[in-house]
Amino acid sequence: MIDAGAVDAARLQFAVTALYHFIFVPLTLGLSFILVAMELTYVMSGKQIYKDMTKFWGKLFGINFALGVTTGITMEFQFGTNWAYYSHYVGDIFGAPLAIEGLMAFFLESTMIGLFFFGWDRLSKGKHLLVTALLALASNLSAVLILIANGWMQYPVGSEFNPVTMRMELTSFSEILFNVVAQDKFVHTVSAGYVTGSVFVMGISAWYLLKGKHIEFAKRSIRIASAFGLASALSVVILGDESGYAVGEHQQAKLAAMEGMWETEPAPAGFNLIAFPNEAEQKNDFAIHIPYAMGLIATRSTDTVLPGIKDIREKNAVRVENGIKGVLALEKMKQDPSDAQAKSIMLEHQKDLGYGLLAKKYSADLNQVTPEQIKQAAHDTVPQVAPLFWTFRVMVLLGFTYIAFFIYAFWASGNNVIHEKKRFLRFALWLLPTPWIATSFGWFVAEYGRQPWTVTGILPTHLSASSVSAGEVWASLAGFVLFYTGLLIVELYLMFKYARLGPTVLTEQVH
Amino acid sequence: MFDYMTLKVIWWVLIGVLLIGFAIMDGHDMGVGTLLPFVGKTDVERRVVINTIAPHWDGNQVWFITAGGAIFAAWPFVYAIAFSGLYWAMLLLLAALFFRPVGFEYRSKINSPKWRNNWDWLIFVGSSVPALLFGVAFGNLFLGVPFKIDETMRSFYTGNFFQLLHPFALLVGVVSLTLLMLQGGSYLAHRTEGVLQTRVKKINQIAGAINIVCFTVAGLWLTQMNGLSVVNMADPNLSMNPLMKEVAVVSGGWLTNYFAHPILWIFPALVYVGVLLTLILQSKHRTLTGFVVMSLAVLGTIMTAGVALFPFVMPSSENPAMSLTLWDVASSKYTLNVMLWVVIIFVPLILTYTSWAYRVMRGKVTVEYVQANDKALY
Repeated sequence: MIDAGAVDAARLQFAVTALYHFIFVPLTLGLSFILVAMELTYVMSGKQIYKDMTKFWGKLFGINFALGVTTGITMEFQFGTNWAYYSHYVGDIFGAPLAIEGLMAFFLESTMIGLFFFGWDRLSKGKHLLVTALLALASNLSAVLILIANGWMQYPVGSEFNPVTMRMELTSFSEILFNVVAQDKFVHTVSAGYVTGSVFVMGISAWYLLKGKHIEFAKRSIRIASAFGLASALSVVILGDESGYAVGEHQQAKLAAMEGMWETEPAPAGFNLIAFPNEAEQKNDFAIHIPYAMGLIATRSTDTVLPGIKDIREKNAVRVENGIKGVLALEKMKQDPSDAQAKSIMLEHQKDLGYGLLAKKYSADLNQVTPEQIKQAAHDTVPQVAPLFWTFRVMVLLGFTYIAFFIYAFWASGNNVIHEKKRFLRFALWLLPTPWIATSFGWFVAEYGRQPWTVTGILPTHLSASSVSAGEVWASLAGFVLFYTGLLIVELYLMFKYARLGPTVLTEQVH
Repeated sequence: MFDYMTLKVIWWVLIGVLLIGFAIMDGHDMGVGTLLPFVGKTDVERRVVINTIAPHWDGNQVWFITAGGAIFAAWPFVYAIAFSGLYWAMLLLLAALFFRPVGFEYRSKINSPKWRNNWDWLIFVGSSVPALLFGVAFGNLFLGVPFKIDETMRSFYTGNFFQLLHPFALLVGVVSLTLLMLQGGSYLAHRTEGVLQTRVKKINQIAGAINIVCFTVAGLWLTQMNGLSVVNMADPNLSMNPLMKEVAVVSGGWLTNYFAHPILWIFPALVYVGVLLTLILQSKHRTLTGFVVMSLAVLGTIMTAGVALFPFVMPSSENPAMSLTLWDVASSKYTLNVMLWVVIIFVPLILTYTSWAYRVMRGKVTVEYVQANDKALY
């Protein structure tokens, strides 16, 4: 029925295209506000150099934006092409924020970007600034809505199952909008975007200073980027912690895996700074353990217990068993809608239906499920530890690095000595690609950490895919890799060319 | 406020409005992109053509993205079945759409004839292929799409890609391609002058003739084709899935609605009148009115198809009873209600700032303007 190979290929395709899309998104989020800051300075001071700064960084913004738009369309298509059953099963809920994203954010963003580029001579200073501000605002609004959609996948609220349509349906729109996971994710994600934009401007400006060109231009760009970057780096780490708090409450399996927490410790649990997780034996071969830290960070209390992986799996085995009863009752209802007994069993186990569906991976006919298969399904409810454990730590380490980096930059720029700090400037250049590592790893933790679900506790990944063959999905994946590699080469070629030339591109031909 | 059945009809109209908005707005950009290599002979001429839509194509493209999002939100069954069933057609469409944003943004970033010429042809592909495919897709709706659905509402596509290239579907593809060329051409006629404008007007006449002929042939073909009709159905005021009705196959059935309600002939009539009037108006230099009238012809074309299919939105050739109708593909009443309010609030806002953007950028785009703003323009 469902080609297991197609599910794996579809997951890989989603990961590749989503991470590729997210090369361009954070820079759009961050750079747009930096453009606003530059143009605001221009409007207030009247100095031409700030207008040139806005236009030049705007050129790089445009080169980046084009691919952000292009690769974004892929994401919208992909829910339908590769994840048709997902789209059917949760479209009633998930589709709404996507449509609203178009109506509320994309229209505004895309209309304003045209006026940003082509409206300089046709709009007053103030109106053009308004256009730039609306561009930045709308970019960030689109992030709100897609993270509301993603937040619901992580922590599904405000919805219930309808046996007639065989899907989840919306019961409270406000619960979806004000989902605590979505709110935390939003602030964390856009802050990461602001850090990316700031590191980008810092890195390129540092290169000008090292080369001894566009000095004034670079120093002023650094001043704006370092201030914005410092605020954002603090926000990304502090609100990243906030995001961890929410995860702790609602997604204990993800948290336990991220932290390599195999056993349930007495509260407050300790924190594994470094560990070598051993998946087969469900333990850490080696760990540097800081007592109490994890419990305090994740639960903000000294007495809330955080369950370990083994306990979570044991508890979920019961949910799988109950879920199977519910799914079997639902299948009976499909044969005979008037079967009242089946209906009451289904309603009794409704909250575990998703767990029952997990067992379908091992036995298509749930009447034939063995205890061993139930155990396997329950085992799946916690994702693999090592990949989450390490990507999470690299991300956090980078986060702290940015705070230190921007504190120093802010100080050196404020005292007008930044151009003398050659070693720091070289470091800034080396740091330039790292935000993309941090943001990719962040998404990896969020999405891989949600496995085996597309919607936590509701719909297993292996049932979410379309009824297309593995060959088709691999072929389309190959097509994407080919196209995307070509597009990336062109984009980087232009980006490097324009960044190297600097503000001269505003007045001279580029060959 | 509204009962479920009324909401379902409202959403049929709203999806129509979004598709029409898309065809009018993004449609004229696709038309311009298709005409680009033929209207512009030199680099600066092509830049004039591109810069007529440069400030607007990005915003206009959102009509397409939003129509997709709205179908996801309001008709999840259609979204799931259409995108996964028409797998390779969708991916072909997507691949073509890649070239447009990148083409517009990157084309004039490097001053090299080869670089620019290559991008011009990619913009042509990115504009003409989608314009053609939309028609092919609509054609296939009339022919029926080979899909079936099981008890858990999982869908299976039983055909292949090449089946979609049925002569009737290709004919409808030519209708939509020439329609959007006319839409883009009437826009270009308004925003350009001199030799460019003369060339556009000539192409418009040819596209207009092909469009009218193909539209007529497609209509006559429809009289010979099997249509569908719902004969028995569960209560549409309650939750429904696509397996809760009976459907009859009727020869010439796609015209039933027109004969039952003759007022509906107004939509095909709008196409004939609109296209002819646009051509007359452009010869009298009334280019702005020409563009508006052409937009009405676009509306007429989409409504002609939508009304013929009503209440079906995606017929199944594998098992007509499993065809999707507006009654059984809709989201829950609650979701339709929420989304209705979103549309009521945001669409007027969108129309307001879009008109403002066009007003700011109004006027002819000329060779002198492009040369004077060499580094700032596309």
